[in-house]
Amino acid sequence: MAELKVQIKNLSLKNPVMTASGTFGYGVEYADFMDIERLGGVIVKGTTSEHREGNPYPRMAETAAGMLNAVGLQNKGVDYFIDTIYPRIRAYATEMIVNVSGSSIESYVECAGKIAGLERIRAIELNISCPNVKQGGMAFGVTCSGAAEVVRAVRRVYPKTLIVKLSPNVTDIAEIAKAVEAEGADSVSLINTLLGMAIDAERRRPKLSTITGGLSGPCVKPVALRMVWQTYRAVRIPVIGLGGISTWEDAVEFMLAGATAIQVGTQNFIDPAASVKIIDGLNDYCDRHGYRSVGELTGALAL
Amino acid sequence: MKKYVLQMRVTENNLLHENYCLLKLTSDDTLPDMLPGQFVEVLVDQSPTTFLRRPLSIHYVDRGRNELWLLIQFVGEGTRSLGRYRVGDPVNVIAPLGNGFTVPDGLSDRQKLLLVGGGAGVAPMLFLGAYLKERGGEPLFLLGARSGKELIQLDDFRRTGKTYVTTEDHSSGEKGYVTDHSILKTTRFDRIYACGPKPMMEAVARYAASASVPCEVSLENTMACGIGACLCCVEDTKEGHLCVCTDGPVFNIERLRWLN
Repeated sequence: MAELKVQIKNLSLKNPVMTASGTFGYGVEYADFMDIERLGGVIVKGTTSEHREGNPYPRMAETAAGMLNAVGLQNKGVDYFIDTIYPRIRAYATEMIVNVSGSSIESYVECAGKIAGLERIRAIELNISCPNVKQGGMAFGVTCSGAAEVVRAVRRVYPKTLIVKLSPNVTDIAEIAKAVEAEGADSVSLINTLLGMAIDAERRRPKLSTITGGLSGPCVKPVALRMVWQTYRAVRIPVIGLGGISTWEDAVEFMLAGATAIQVGTQNFIDPAASVKIIDGLNDYCDRHGYRSVGELTGALAL
Repeated sequence: MKKYVLQMRVTENNLLHENYCLLKLTSDDTLPDMLPGQFVEVLVDQSPTTFLRRPLSIHYVDRGRNELWLLIQFVGEGTRSLGRYRVGDPVNVIAPLGNGFTVPDGLSDRQKLLLVGGGAGVAPMLFLGAYLKERGGEPLFLLGARSGKELIQLDDFRRTGKTYVTTEDHSSGEKGYVTDHSILKTTRFDRIYACGPKPMMEAVARYAASASVPCEVSLENTMACGIGACLCCVEDTKEGHLCVCTDGPVFNIERLRWLN
């Protein structure tokens, strides 16, 4: 039995496996299928300062080894989260991490400031990379100055562990990572979805109401792995890897490329218990290869 | 209701028509409780190009044989692949999902309950009809298709209740759409249930609203997870965007924005 504990600044995770925002609801949706408390953490659905209805239907298109989504941050707002959802999830013995999204600097700050007051939420994941909203979201995450501006403002109101979720829709993700590290981010998570598109040839129409959407699933894994590797070599803060992780082998690959922890996303839709199987697989891998701690895998790629 | 990931196997797979098959699955364990109108998510692992699970209506639950019946229309490679599954093949199923139809208390043969199905939308109506009948109700089926040969599972429907039929080409029953059938002009119904193509359900909803009959419809919005996590299958209702997979798939037409 290897030591599975990992550390993201002041945040201790019992193991490196978390579930990705927008793929796992608030955890409760998966309680019939697995023991949520076995997870290192749950990144809950993207939360904004105001209630958002999200984009019109249709919001999803299946693709080769993946899917496109255009949900558009549908959620009932941070006040609803604090009043109604937080009391239901606060007792879980795992780290519940809130994905904070926004459409302006002020709205990110407002949301993060309110979440900072919740005792059991020890970290936020700042989403500067949602491709499915017209204002804010990815607009901040695709330039160094935009990313730095949001992180600087949120850092002032958020003293706990601040993870920044990066967009892959950039020329050089390592530059963005360095920019947010310089503003005090404690960790970066990557990648958010890749901007994509699907067309119904017979009807000559886009398959999504928004025309373009975010691509996820096994098809994005090689891109994500490459970006984790590039980012790991560019920053000193811990990197959290995600993008098409479906099996424990995928998780091992992301850690070897430099990830301290990983997130399971779209695979939760295919196998609702995928994340706990990955925890077991990571442990077996460590035992088989003689690693006493899973942390030894981080960046251990043999070159 | 508690949801389960079930490892099942095929006991029967009948091609009913060039575009439909009836897939029967069983499990070593007793099947969990399932309600008419609920659905399942099936992993199509024999099709390498199919990524997501396929949401499918529960067509019938045969408790005696511990069987789950799925009536499958071939739409794309995923459903076509399911049509090729053979007896004994393993199938991974998440069940039961969604809310199910409302079954009124104190059912009797005096209540007129109309179950309307169009095309593949007939699927949940057999289970609903059998469920109503077991509880003392007398379901009437109204089934529509383009032509007679696309009227699938007709014998099972006729065994369960009186069955009326419309076809667009007049090869069986009355000519036209389900809403053209004379039974709607001659009978006053107490409740209507409908499942089928959206234009059909909208026409049924308009009829029900004009006749002031309570009406529920079962929606088939494309979805990924089936358990309320991805928020992809939303319907724009009077209460805002609701997930078809968890708030539905069955909705009272009063909650929808179809009629105004």
